[in-house]
Amino acid sequence: MSLRAPLGRVLGLGSAKDGTGHWWAQRVSAVALTFLGLWFVVRISAVSILDYGKVVEFVGNPLNSVLLTLLCLAAAYHSYLGVQVVIEDYVHAAGPKVVSLILSHFAHIIVAVVSIYAILRVGLGA
Amino acid sequence: MAEFRLPPNSRIRKGRHIDAANGASNVRRFAVYRYDPDSGENPRVDTYSIDVDGCGPMVLDALIKIKNEVDPTLTFRRSCREGICGSCAMNIDGGNTLACTRSIDSIKGDVRIYPLPHMPVVKDLVPDLTNFYAQYASIKPWLQTRTPPPPDRERLQSNDDQELINEPAACILCACCSTSCPSYWWNSDRYLGPAALLAAYRWLVDSRDEATGERLDELEDPFRLYRCHTIMNCTQTCPKDLNPAQAIAETKKMLAERRY
Repeated sequence: MSLRAPLGRVLGLGSAKDGTGHWWAQRVSAVALTFLGLWFVVRISAVSILDYGKVVEFVGNPLNSVLLTLLCLAAAYHSYLGVQVVIEDYVHAAGPKVVSLILSHFAHIIVAVVSIYAILRVGLGA
Repeated sequence: MAEFRLPPNSRIRKGRHIDAANGASNVRRFAVYRYDPDSGENPRVDTYSIDVDGCGPMVLDALIKIKNEVDPTLTFRRSCREGICGSCAMNIDGGNTLACTRSIDSIKGDVRIYPLPHMPVVKDLVPDLTNFYAQYASIKPWLQTRTPPPPDRERLQSNDDQELINEPAACILCACCSTSCPSYWWNSDRYLGPAALLAAYRWLVDSRDEATGERLDELEDPFRLYRCHTIMNCTQTCPKDLNPAQAIAETKKMLAERRY
């Protein structure tokens, strides 16, 4: 039990004076994903994705590979921001919270890098 | 972790049924959450059958009838009985509202009455609002200025400027909104909640207030403000038909505006 005054508890460590950038980035990446996602769904539905050659041809197109890279970056970034909020919402113990935030950070960077590497590899025909 | 299940000592058991209708024709059943911290027992839901012809039209009238005529141990807050004091805020038929402005006729079947959700319960329908009030105090709900007041009169406001604070100033701090917010349930220690944020907005848009920047500084925080995920339970449940969700969205826009 703490004898600290309720107002003292609420004031806590004070304001982080941060959060607007995160909020803005979430919205901007959502807008980007709307356009990139629409483009991807429309274009990929015209490709017979069970045909390896056709898919390689699709990814090999310069415009497609650039837009695909942007899609992967935007998706990974947006997901990273969202997962961070989910962790902050539900994980309260300091240790598990920090560990899951770091793991999420790493996982999203890995996903983004692997996606871009795959696109480049297919696109450049390595 | 956020707790999704009640702790063992808070799990609700079935309580007693008291039939006080005496064979009347217009009988309604009220299922009321009961908890007595001194008994050491778990909370229970008691049901009361009462003759609603012999009581006023609102849920509060029925609670008062039960307390006066059936079970004097039933504990709840009430004062003005006309929706302006905010004392009788509770969870009725699954939604947070004021018992004094919710009519019994608007509810089908049993009238289920619980205290405001996810708050420590002092007794029966009385929640502990200490943290809620401290959060209200933390946003400095008073006029802050640097310009000295005119020597001969009060600080003036145009009609248009008054319109801006008209609605947010009508909040009665009943806590229906904050306690309906899942984000507030999980993080009420750090998230200010819709009621305190609506109060903060009331001062942000007050044309006479000169601490807007400092107020925004204090609010700009991933938890204090940005734990709002626009769920909008607050606006849905507000018994005064106010719109805390919009006030929070406007506050976020002000923060974006001064940054970009």
